[in-house]
Amino acid sequence: MELRAENISRRYFRKRGEANFFEAVKPGSLILRSGEMTVLKGRSGSGKTTLLHMLAGLLQPSEGRVLLGDTDLYALEDNQLSRLRNEKIGVIPQGRSAVDTLTVYENIVLPGILYGGMPRTEAAEGWMEALDISSLRDAMPAELSGGELRRMAIARTLTADPAVILADEPTGDLDNENTEIVLNALKQAAKAGKAVLVVSHEDDAEAFADRVLHMENGNLTES
Amino acid sequence: MKRFSPVFRNLTRKPGRTTALILLTAFLALSLFAGTMVVSSLRRGLGSMENRLGADIIVVPAEAESKSSLKNMLLQGTIGTFYMDASAVDKVRETEGVQKASAQVFLSSMKADCCSVKVQIIGFDPENDFVVKPWIAESLNRPLGDMEIVIGNRVATDVGEIFRIYDQRCLVAARLAATGTGLDTAVYCNMNTMHALLEAAEEKGISHKIDTGNDAEVVSAIYVRTLPGADVGLVNNRLNGKIRKATAVRTTGMLTEVSDSLGGVSRTVAVLIAAVWILALVILFIAFAMMVNERRRELAVYRLVGMSRSMLSGMILKETALCSLAGAVCGVLLGALAVFPFTTLIETSLKLPYLAPGTGTVAAYAALAIAVTVAAGCAASLHTASKLSRVDPGSTLREGA
Repeated sequence: MELRAENISRRYFRKRGEANFFEAVKPGSLILRSGEMTVLKGRSGSGKTTLLHMLAGLLQPSEGRVLLGDTDLYALEDNQLSRLRNEKIGVIPQGRSAVDTLTVYENIVLPGILYGGMPRTEAAEGWMEALDISSLRDAMPAELSGGELRRMAIARTLTADPAVILADEPTGDLDNENTEIVLNALKQAAKAGKAVLVVSHEDDAEAFADRVLHMENGNLTES
Repeated sequence: MKRFSPVFRNLTRKPGRTTALILLTAFLALSLFAGTMVVSSLRRGLGSMENRLGADIIVVPAEAESKSSLKNMLLQGTIGTFYMDASAVDKVRETEGVQKASAQVFLSSMKADCCSVKVQIIGFDPENDFVVKPWIAESLNRPLGDMEIVIGNRVATDVGEIFRIYDQRCLVAARLAATGTGLDTAVYCNMNTMHALLEAAEEKGISHKIDTGNDAEVVSAIYVRTLPGADVGLVNNRLNGKIRKATAVRTTGMLTEVSDSLGGVSRTVAVLIAAVWILALVILFIAFAMMVNERRRELAVYRLVGMSRSMLSGMILKETALCSLAGAVCGVLLGALAVFPFTTLIETSLKLPYLAPGTGTVAAYAALAIAVTVAAGCAASLHTASKLSRVDPGSTLREGA
């Protein structure tokens, strides 16, 4: 299943009602194909995260549309879009993304139980093992370091087994060893047929990429 | 591993937050339930007093007002022993506008070896009585025999026991239903028994004689029912003009006085309940508003992994409803503990008839207090739930990333 962005842009008004705005993402198109790992590079503030949020169905574009298969994400009602994101789109955001009242394991299986399903225990344990956080299974997020929290978020997305994975700076808090583990895991997911987008301003991810895109001042280009 | 509920995890793993919400809502339920119980008991007490009085006018000796007023005797069980010439009964019956007149004789037992307990004894005339008989008929389905008594609900003895009054042995034939008034601490007998008790009291040095009469010729109060359509005020004035050394008192006046006091207490309780509710609701609202910031990031994660806005609102409301329910149940139980064991104390302090409602009504009030408290808790969190459900997960998670 591919994720297609057609001529999407995002404008922010500096003052309400006036034409004084800036374009965080300028009109551009993009296709994320299944089985492919795409790396989006660019400096901080270039619009990478804004683009990722639009692709994830979290931020309505000012113009254009985002299609998952034939489904226009922003034509859906909130409950339909939420359900679609739960089943098909995995997002690894920047920073902490843990529910503090759930253990590491519960955070990882959370997407699977939201709509009445059983926890994907086997997959969760497999990804915890692969990302070296098995020993933290019953720990609370408050007890984890930034790197461990990041690996927990990655395990959560991979356990949910979505068709599309959108990772925003997934290696930001990690040392070299864990950076390689995480990028390998994402590459493995791409090889398993997922469409993977990794947003990064570091060079490490490029070596794992099937495609590399660049973002500069809101303009998207392919190298 | 089994499924788990994020709602229960949120409640059990944030015990401080959960306890605070439970305490606040318990406070709401306690004030509502206890306040409602007190007001309802007072209203029921007044209703019971109206029913039990059963007369339009009561004629008592003039000295009764100064010695121990009839109202105090009825409300608080203050023992009153006052007498007047029994010939007054016929004079009352002959008065224009009077339909029925029934005499009662009061006597008090002593706190001494001769008596089981110190109580007010009320003798009535079974042939002419229209006040006590209907009430006794609810507990005893035969005429009350000589040397038999019927006890008020709070008299400490049992049916079938012997109750000693001035060394006279009286059989307890029945126990009356509670009235919430001083009548609950009285015992009732027919006139024959009363004459025997008066004589026995006389032997113990308790005089009940008036200037010229003998034992058979004294009465303490005459209960009067006026003819249908008669002007009660006019009949009352006639009686005051006709019966010497006696005062005719309209029961409606007495009841109005009690009703006014009850209205004042009800208003005070209502103001207190309103104040507690306003305060607690403001605190609840602030607590939920503070929660918005505390939980923004956590709820953004829920949105990120696919929880819809309505599911998110539902989750917050479910958490609030569970806390409010727990708080409301605790509040009602605390309210019951605060009100029921202290019925006598409340009655004595307020100096008003006080009759607790039956189990069914109490259960209905409890259910109502719980429902209103849960609804109030949910209403207070609605704004927060709505605000949190509109959190933009993308930008929230970027904050402080």
